[in-house]
Amino acid sequence: MAYLPQDFKSNQEVRWCPGCGDHAVLASIHRALPQVCEDLHYTKERLVFVSGIGCSSRLPYYMNTYGFHSIHGRATAISTGMKVANPTLSIWQACGDGDALAIGGNHFIHAIRRNIDINIILFNNQIYGLTKGQYSPTSRLGQITKTSPYGTVENPFTPGSLVLGARGTFFARSLDSELALNQEIFVSAAKHDGCSVCEMLTNCVIFNDGAHMTISDREVRADRTITLRHGEPMVFGKEKDKGLILENGKLKVVRIGENGITVDKLLVHDAHAEDPAIQNQLINMKYPDFPVALGVIREVHEPTYDDRVRDQLAEVKEKSPITCMDELLRSGATWKVE
Amino acid sequence: MQHNVIDTKDVVIRFCGDSGDGMQLTGTLFADASALYGNEISTFPDYPAEIRAPHGTVSGVSGFQVHVGSVEVNTPGDYADVLVAMNPAALRANAKWAKATATIIIDTDTFTEELIKRAGYATLDPITELRIEDRNIIYSPITTLTKESLKDSGMDQKSIVRCKNMFTLGMCFFMFNRPLEYTYAYLEKKFKKKPDLIAPNKKVLFDGFNYASNIQAVANTYTIKPAKQEKGLYRNISGNQATAWGLIAASEKSGRPLFCGSYPITPATAILEELAIHKNLGVKTLQAEDEIAGICTAIGAAYAGNMAVTTTSGPGLSLKSEALGLAMITELPLVIVDVQRSGPSTGIPTKTEQTDLNQALYGRNGECPIAVIAAHSPSHCFDAAFYAGKFAMEHMMPVILLSEGFLGNGSEPWKIPSMKDYPAINPPIINKCEGPFKPFERDPETFARKWAFPGTPGLEHRVGGLEKNTAGVISSDPENHEKMVAERAEKIARLANYIPQQKVIGPEKADVLIVGWGGTFGHLLSAYNTLSEEGRSVALCHFDFINPLPANTAEIFARYKKIIVCELNSGQFAGYLRAKLPQFKYEQCNKVQGQPFIVEEVVNAVKNIL
Repeated sequence: MAYLPQDFKSNQEVRWCPGCGDHAVLASIHRALPQVCEDLHYTKERLVFVSGIGCSSRLPYYMNTYGFHSIHGRATAISTGMKVANPTLSIWQACGDGDALAIGGNHFIHAIRRNIDINIILFNNQIYGLTKGQYSPTSRLGQITKTSPYGTVENPFTPGSLVLGARGTFFARSLDSELALNQEIFVSAAKHDGCSVCEMLTNCVIFNDGAHMTISDREVRADRTITLRHGEPMVFGKEKDKGLILENGKLKVVRIGENGITVDKLLVHDAHAEDPAIQNQLINMKYPDFPVALGVIREVHEPTYDDRVRDQLAEVKEKSPITCMDELLRSGATWKVE
Repeated sequence: MQHNVIDTKDVVIRFCGDSGDGMQLTGTLFADASALYGNEISTFPDYPAEIRAPHGTVSGVSGFQVHVGSVEVNTPGDYADVLVAMNPAALRANAKWAKATATIIIDTDTFTEELIKRAGYATLDPITELRIEDRNIIYSPITTLTKESLKDSGMDQKSIVRCKNMFTLGMCFFMFNRPLEYTYAYLEKKFKKKPDLIAPNKKVLFDGFNYASNIQAVANTYTIKPAKQEKGLYRNISGNQATAWGLIAASEKSGRPLFCGSYPITPATAILEELAIHKNLGVKTLQAEDEIAGICTAIGAAYAGNMAVTTTSGPGLSLKSEALGLAMITELPLVIVDVQRSGPSTGIPTKTEQTDLNQALYGRNGECPIAVIAAHSPSHCFDAAFYAGKFAMEHMMPVILLSEGFLGNGSEPWKIPSMKDYPAINPPIINKCEGPFKPFERDPETFARKWAFPGTPGLEHRVGGLEKNTAGVISSDPENHEKMVAERAEKIARLANYIPQQKVIGPEKADVLIVGWGGTFGHLLSAYNTLSEEGRSVALCHFDFINPLPANTAEIFARYKKIIVCELNSGQFAGYLRAKLPQFKYEQCNKVQGQPFIVEEVVNAVKNIL
């Protein structure tokens, strides 16, 4: 049976603010799941949406699937336990920048390090929305918020670099309003065996409106972002006239047709490269010096934690002479009282 | 000197030395050999927090006490008949535990000026300074003798000196007439991969044995006949091992695979270590990045349909508080094991206490009652863990199992049970339903909700920390909230219909009812035995089920003139009883020293109110 997007919509009223970027991400998920299920032969009941606390963490209530809306920062730990308990589940996690990177930072990096097979959708609006406007670990230096009335004095995380630093096997980035790209990314994340992190640059219309405006505005988006696809040359711009090359080990923006640059001289995206050096440079590209990289930036294969758990259980079971509790109780040093 | 063979019912031996001297191993081997010989045993390790505290200092002294008997042994014993002190610091820290009639074995090689000073003595004559001249002190150059024994072993000096605990063990085996075979077998197994070490260790053990039999100084040897134990197959078990096994047993009975998410913490770590071994029985263990991840991975596993467990000690329980509230409001089955240690904060991490009771009962935000069960002896940890698992799964709730460092690290012989004698565990798993699934619809008897595993078609539902209505929809309706709060509390209250009736040891009516809970059982039982042998009118009522209390508790309390609540804290259970059953007056006997009771402390406290 083929699913339709509405099969994944719950009957709950969506309570995000009008104009919030989360609506578009939710719509992208609803649209991506029929394809995910078709490609991977999943039935709907295998999907579980897990979240922590924050605006985006309300998402499980808007899904007509199994769901767990947990406590602040802990979604990643809950997802991990769920996946180990039942590796046949397809686990999706919705979390914000505060939830995943501040209070839940420890669980986030360790889930990535373990390469547990879950799909993390990181809603990055660079602000605490649900508590009404305090700075987050991704707020830019100097950002004025309710708890930083004179500007923040701390540097933000670049989530992608954090993922790479934690030995991440999958990282993708998109903008909330890029519905088609979002769907493509979610399908790739679902197909990836391992911990997938999809960073969604979302707009908080109330407390941090326009945070991503310099790149997300329709007028300038094509010139200020680059959508990366594995195996394809790095071309961008409204006129597809710009590209990226590697010069002395560093990325450089070039114009196609100038100084003898042709498309075949451009860097070809290698998401599968195990060495994350270039991927890290791509992740850290910032406007105005560079276009901001979107798409699947890293996707490498490594054994997953849940597979290793399963294999070890099978291996130990195979070797052990003890098959039940009564045998365990009678094993080792015992003595008889006559 | 005349050689006496003392026929005795029970003997307490305390081994102590530097924390690197191997005293825990020496004590364990002595206990195991005695258990195999057929004696009743009870053990109590008393060790410092530092793995290798400064050599020769009092803070670095590690002790292990064994109580061996031909009669029922309820505690590791209060005072030692034999004290083994491997250095001046060990003697200084432990002389107070030696009976007036005690034999004390000391390694004279360590009684140098430097080490005597380092141990903090005021003079260079520790024996006089400690006023133990009149004890039967066996002065043995144990280090020198060990070196001599192993001079041709090919081992280096350092490794040779480390074998002095085996020499000492050999001496004790002679004094207590223990067979060496068991320890030989142990050494063969332990050094399987280093076969060069088997022969030297056996030799030094044997030489220690012969040395003790040859020297005239060993005036007393003891014969402790095997205990009259119930027929059956026995094994020695520690509380932490028994806890792990009880959890596995509950998993097997319920058919739900066991998942344990935990973070290492003293003195609970051994449960995680033990569970990690038994992957052959389908046990999944996840060593989490922190305590919070420990409980949260377990909550995720519970939602997905596993029997979920997290193990910890006091500070870890504090960290888990918020998630415990989540498990409670989502009504998922979860066993939280707290092996209590001395607090607050880091406290004295290797010492035992019962000071987490209030935290277990009340330590969460909102109205968040949780079922609390306590284990009362090392082997009882098995049953306590089994029933914690059974009640968590059948009643769909988190259950806190309180153990104690004293139980977790202590060990005793245990008549091996058969799984067929344990009840079935039937969690309320749902596979399909008519109409929309209502996750918080309750069983009319137990008030438990249904357990619907992700992967089951048609039962898709959402749970979470936000208040819900019966249908599982978020609700901030005032009446609904109050109703849900009441229902969750009622579910725990109704557990009283499923736990055993409280029992009393001793007469149905008496002047004083001794009340206790948890790991003090052995001491309270010994105190009760002493008092009733003296003809005092006392009875003992020891609780395994704390929340809810057994249904007949008030009926029992009403039968006694006075009630004295004995516990290793400042009166937490007494306070709880005052809140629950305010119609009674409660006297208290408390100790908060990181140490178990001494039986006579309880005896005296009871006599004071008689």
